[in-house]
Amino acid sequence: MTQFIVNGQDVTLDIDPDTPLLWALRDDLHLTGTKFGCGVAQCGACTVMLNGMPRRSCVTPLSMVEGGEVTTIEGMTGPEIEAVKQAWVAIDVPQCGWCQSGQIMSATALLQQSATAPTDADIDAAMAGNVCRCATYVRIRAAIHDAARTLEL
Amino acid sequence: MRIAIIVAAATLTSPLSAQELRGPEFFESIADEGERSAALFTEMGEVLTHPRCVNCHPVTGGPTQGDDMRPHSPPVIRGEADFGAAAMNCNTCHSAENVDFTSAPGSIPGHEPWMLAPVSMGWQGVSLRGICEQIKDPGRNGGKTLEALWEHNAHDGLVGWGWDPGEGREPAPGSQEIFGELTRAWIDTGAVCPE
Ligand code: FES
Ligand code: FES
Repeated sequence: MTQFIVNGQDVTLDIDPDTPLLWALRDDLHLTGTKFGCGVAQCGACTVMLNGMPRRSCVTPLSMVEGGEVTTIEGMTGPEIEAVKQAWVAIDVPQCGWCQSGQIMSATALLQQSATAPTDADIDAAMAGNVCRCATYVRIRAAIHDAARTLEL
Repeated sequence: MRIAIIVAAATLTSPLSAQELRGPEFFESIADEGERSAALFTEMGEVLTHPRCVNCHPVTGGPTQGDDMRPHSPPVIRGEADFGAAAMNCNTCHSAENVDFTSAPGSIPGHEPWMLAPVSMGWQGVSLRGICEQIKDPGRNGGKTLEALWEHNAHDGLVGWGWDPGEGREPAPGSQEIFGELTRAWIDTGAVCPE
């Protein structure tokens, strides 16, 4: 039995504690906004928040989230995600969309952790683990700058 | 050409095996204490210069990975706390334990804590003598006395990870126990650095 909180709700899962959190989110809890890209911490598509920090759910066994708090793209709230959402729509960031929930989670985490507007270097460092096969990187960077302006960082 | 391919294939598929590390008793026959001390450190160097250790002791920038010590993938930076960038720190992927991949062979390494050695403790490309001088210098070794250094080498968990590196990685030579014994003997013989 693994007990934890997902998007503010108590969850109890009776599955193998070695199961990656990503599997549990998608297959058991049907939260399919979080994507599988590689399964080996190389692409960032599976990024969620674990206790407020970005975390690759494909390399996070359920045993590790016992008693913890997980937030997926479906459950994100607050000024940073709102600013990111607005910027993403305004600039039309996604192409195929597969990587985008992971991109948005990392971008939001960066803005949550930034006291001042992130520089290009800050953005590159924070987003280096989020791969986009459609190469939307230029728009992602522009959208993060845009969201930082909205947040008056 | 065919031989080269066969050799390459054999290398790829051969099982990983721990290399040997000789304990202090092997060096007892060296009569001169200073020479013995330097020889003990040279043996410690088998561990200190092993990729399991050196990959996270870069002299600048970010870590390397693998036995060929290629740049870390995905690209990561050292960051102010030797712990990566905002929103992309070590714990974004690494955790308190080695985690086997579910959808591929291998594992992602982990330990609590998991972080880079500070720049002052960088070893990549440094000679063994240079590493030795640095490791003894409290100004560069995190303020450690030789006793504290022994404690660190013999018992620190992150040092010990080198011998328990997870599926798909060759452990450092020998064991942490032997490494600790070598460190003890090296200190007790004057902590001499090899030429
Ligand atoms: S699916 Fe987790 S990093 Fe690619
Ligand atoms: S939008 Fe297609 S993978 Fe990023």
